[in-house]
Amino acid sequence: MRLQDVSVQPFEDVVAEYGPMVLRVCRAVLGPVDADDAWSETFLSAMRAYPGLDPAANVEAWLVTIAHRRAIDVGRAISRAPVPAEALPEQHTRSGSPATDDPDLWAALESLPDKQRRAVAYHHLAGLPHAEIAELLGNSPAAARRAAADGIKTLRRIYPKDNRS
Amino acid sequence: MKLENLFDALGGSEADTADALARLHRRLERDAERADLLDVGYRTLDTPLGSLLLAATPAGLVRVAYASEGHDAVLASLAEKVSPRILRAPARLDAAVREIDEYFTGSRTQFGLPLDLRLADGFRRQVIEHLSEIGYGHRESYAAVAAAIGHPRAVRAVGSACARNPLPLVIPCHRVVRTDGSIGQYVGGADAKQTLLTLEAA
Repeated sequence: MRLQDVSVQPFEDVVAEYGPMVLRVCRAVLGPVDADDAWSETFLSAMRAYPGLDPAANVEAWLVTIAHRRAIDVGRAISRAPVPAEALPEQHTRSGSPATDDPDLWAALESLPDKQRRAVAYHHLAGLPHAEIAELLGNSPAAARRAAADGIKTLRRIYPKDNRS
Repeated sequence: MKLENLFDALGGSEADTADALARLHRRLERDAERADLLDVGYRTLDTPLGSLLLAATPAGLVRVAYASEGHDAVLASLAEKVSPRILRAPARLDAAVREIDEYFTGSRTQFGLPLDLRLADGFRRQVIEHLSEIGYGHRESYAAVAAAIGHPRAVRAVGSACARNPLPLVIPCHRVVRTDGSIGQYVGGADAKQTLLTLEAA
């Protein structure tokens, strides 16, 4: 399974180090409830592929790529109906959210077009460069940068709590 | 305005996030076990000899390590020698924990756990397999072990095989002592060896 004699860290370390980041990304993209399924699917897929991962690979980008695909799968499973992703604003609002859930924030994120929401999450929460985000979103780095900037601009305008500071 | 203010709320409170991650970790342990992806599951156990690392493959207990060995270093070595698909997964170690607890309270004199001996091969494997035959409360000298496995002159090699026993405590290398009666060295320290021998003599 292993390539040459390089040291691979136990998968537990990957979960401990990147679990919180992946959870924030999944929450931003899918909302607080469905994020759990996406997180679980992401780490199970990652664990399956882990022994074959190039030791020089950027683990963070690798996980976000998997999370991106799993979040799309989870999103599809939720929506069932073949509605374009851009038209799914209320989809993920469900009862049973965590107690600390901030309805204003979720509403603000959900109101963003899908690509903007993902660009914001992948850039500002996962720290991915725009070029890598473009590969995930299937657009150009310039378009990915614009999507993230537009998303942030909208969030600043419509997420009220943010204006206090 | 800072972006951090906006995104802080995504994590919820720190305590809630920690709860969520703990819950998700347990779910991953179950999912990985079910999908045959949990090549190594581990946990630590507090014992009278300090914290013990217990690790098991689907075949059985594969590693027991004292804190002095460095649990992180042991896990890194398992990632290399067995598989990097390693998770903290206490459920897989339930039986081992029960038996080791019973051993330390004196109510167990023999372990019945499935063992995975893949970390000891060749000569070391021979030594390890012989050690399992030394009964509770008994002692055998390094020289006697060497003779028993048909290598009477390999006394030092027996000592080194004991020192590298992947399953100390469960495979009783602590019952091997010097010919002069002194207890000799131990992977968990000479004090730990004395504690175990005293426990078994009670």
